[in-house]
Amino acid sequence: MSAHPVSSEQGIAPWIPFEWLVALRFLREGQVQTLFIIGGVAIGVGVIVFMSALLSGLQANFVKRVLTGQAHIQLLPPKEISRVLPLGAHNVLQNSIVQAPLQRTKSIDQWQSLEAQILKLPEINVVSPNVSGSALVVRGEASRAISVLGVDPNLYFQIVPMPEKIVHGNANMTVNDILIGTELAIDLGLSVGDKLRVSAANGNANTFLVSGIFDLGNKAANSRTTFIPLRAAQSLLGLVGGVTSLDMTVRDVYAAEAVAQKISAQTGMQADSWIKTNEQFFTAVNAQTTANTAIRMFVGLSVAFGIASVLVVSVIQKSREIGILRAMGVTRGQILRIFLLQGGLLGFGGSLVGSLLGFAGLVIWQQAEKNPDGSVMFAMKLEPSLILIALVLASVTGLIASFAPALRAARLDPVVAIRG
Amino acid sequence: MDKLTHTDWVVELREVCKSFNVGKPNNIEILHNINLQLARGDFCAVMGPSGSGKSTLLNIIGLLDRPTSGQLAINGEDTTQLDDHALTRLRGHAIGFVFQHHHLLSAFTALENVIMPMMGSNGFCTAEMTAHAKSLLDSVDLLPMCHQASGSMSGGQQQRVAVARALAMNPTLLLADEPTGNLDTKSADAVFELLRRVSTEQGTSVLFVTHNPQLAARCDKTIQVVDGRVV
Repeated sequence: MSAHPVSSEQGIAPWIPFEWLVALRFLREGQVQTLFIIGGVAIGVGVIVFMSALLSGLQANFVKRVLTGQAHIQLLPPKEISRVLPLGAHNVLQNSIVQAPLQRTKSIDQWQSLEAQILKLPEINVVSPNVSGSALVVRGEASRAISVLGVDPNLYFQIVPMPEKIVHGNANMTVNDILIGTELAIDLGLSVGDKLRVSAANGNANTFLVSGIFDLGNKAANSRTTFIPLRAAQSLLGLVGGVTSLDMTVRDVYAAEAVAQKISAQTGMQADSWIKTNEQFFTAVNAQTTANTAIRMFVGLSVAFGIASVLVVSVIQKSREIGILRAMGVTRGQILRIFLLQGGLLGFGGSLVGSLLGFAGLVIWQQAEKNPDGSVMFAMKLEPSLILIALVLASVTGLIASFAPALRAARLDPVVAIRG
Repeated sequence: MDKLTHTDWVVELREVCKSFNVGKPNNIEILHNINLQLARGDFCAVMGPSGSGKSTLLNIIGLLDRPTSGQLAINGEDTTQLDDHALTRLRGHAIGFVFQHHHLLSAFTALENVIMPMMGSNGFCTAEMTAHAKSLLDSVDLLPMCHQASGSMSGGQQQRVAVARALAMNPTLLLADEPTGNLDTKSADAVFELLRRVSTEQGTSVLFVTHNPQLAARCDKTIQVVDGRVV
């Protein structure tokens, strides 16, 4: 009967190196000590895996919620500024009071060429030209100020998935269709198929047919925001052939600010990323990430000290064996590797169990914490890369933590060690 | 001092001193000007009272410790200038140890204990090593117990495994530090006869530390160590 997988009736398996055999046997002989430290490492790694998956799921959910109603980058025409014009022969100012200019609705110059230029960037997914402005809707004695957003549904719906937000009707947008929010529909007593007259500040007006009622998850947005086709909006707001913004999505949402700066530098236009427009939110996300990193670092440190302390004890316990091995002709380097391997194996074994614990924790959490309607609170995914990183980091931590005890073992005087 | 070049000697010590510094000005000299030669196949008993320096002498000859002064050659190779790695390699290939306590590795079976020195030298275990280990265990009448955990054997059996392990690398020198000290008379006699047979059949030189005058009398020669001097 074989005593161990690396042993056989013939002796020791020929594939296992000497240092691995001794390291594994020393760990096996440690029994409770080995199990306890593997348990300690497993709990530490389990906490890291669980917290990382939880927080990344939470952040992904936050980001998704934020980005579900807005573009990653919005390109706007530059703000109008007042220029102080020197007058007179000697550049003497005639008036020292400079009034801030009014920001009128205006089109982006040469937006078609800008759109083509931006689309060539590899970071960009979709570009949607939009027209936006304010208008008034009147129905009977009720009136409401609204925000009109003229979009090309084929492009814009790739940025904001409006069909998913429709609660009545559909998201079809033919020439005179309008999508309105649930609050506006209640305030004006509108339902799908009703007509609605929209008047712009410039005096233009048009009658639209309510094709869909949406819920953006925000009461204010549901009472003000409306969507009409791009051409209808251009006509209504007096910007025929023009657009007031280019909305776009990028492949990596977290690189949006860098891409926005690149676009701004290339075009000379104002490019606002979602990171800039949601600065407070992003600061909170960053603070959460920093806190998570700090927790992971401290858990990692405690794991490292746990492994190191167990190996220090092991070196003392095994000092006689170390002396015997040295007397047999085993070199200091081999002794060093035996104890380094033990550290690495403890880290690897612990992280393997810890990853399973973390995964189990996630499954239990998702079962326990649900929305009132029974749906999952938010999707959490245990990335294989996270497991791989945990395994590698824990093994490396074990190796590093075991270095001092291993060095101590290698430096043991064999005479003193044998004497015990 | 003359260069040590006499390759006939398995062990040659010339003017070897060993002192321990226990804080100035207390330098304790354990061994004083030891001169000793051991030829191939010599079976030599080392006797002396406790604390006389026998174990220190064996540790120096076994390359586990370095002399403070003097010269030591193993198989004609001067060890004075060798670094730790070279000493370890020479020790592994040329010298076998049997201690008073068997000092087997408890995490391994009897067979694995015997394989260990060979595997430590080679890095991996081979079929030849296993066969050699089995033949050694057979020679100490323990082949049927070769897969038994070393901790489950009797003191005499463990010491015989320790002898088999000490012979694994076919050493030219076997250092036995009171190997029969913890054994009953029958087991002690068996272990002594085993060492004697090894010396005779394989030509292995044996330094056999003992307090037992009857066993010492059965050796080829006896050296007495008294107060760190060979008398």
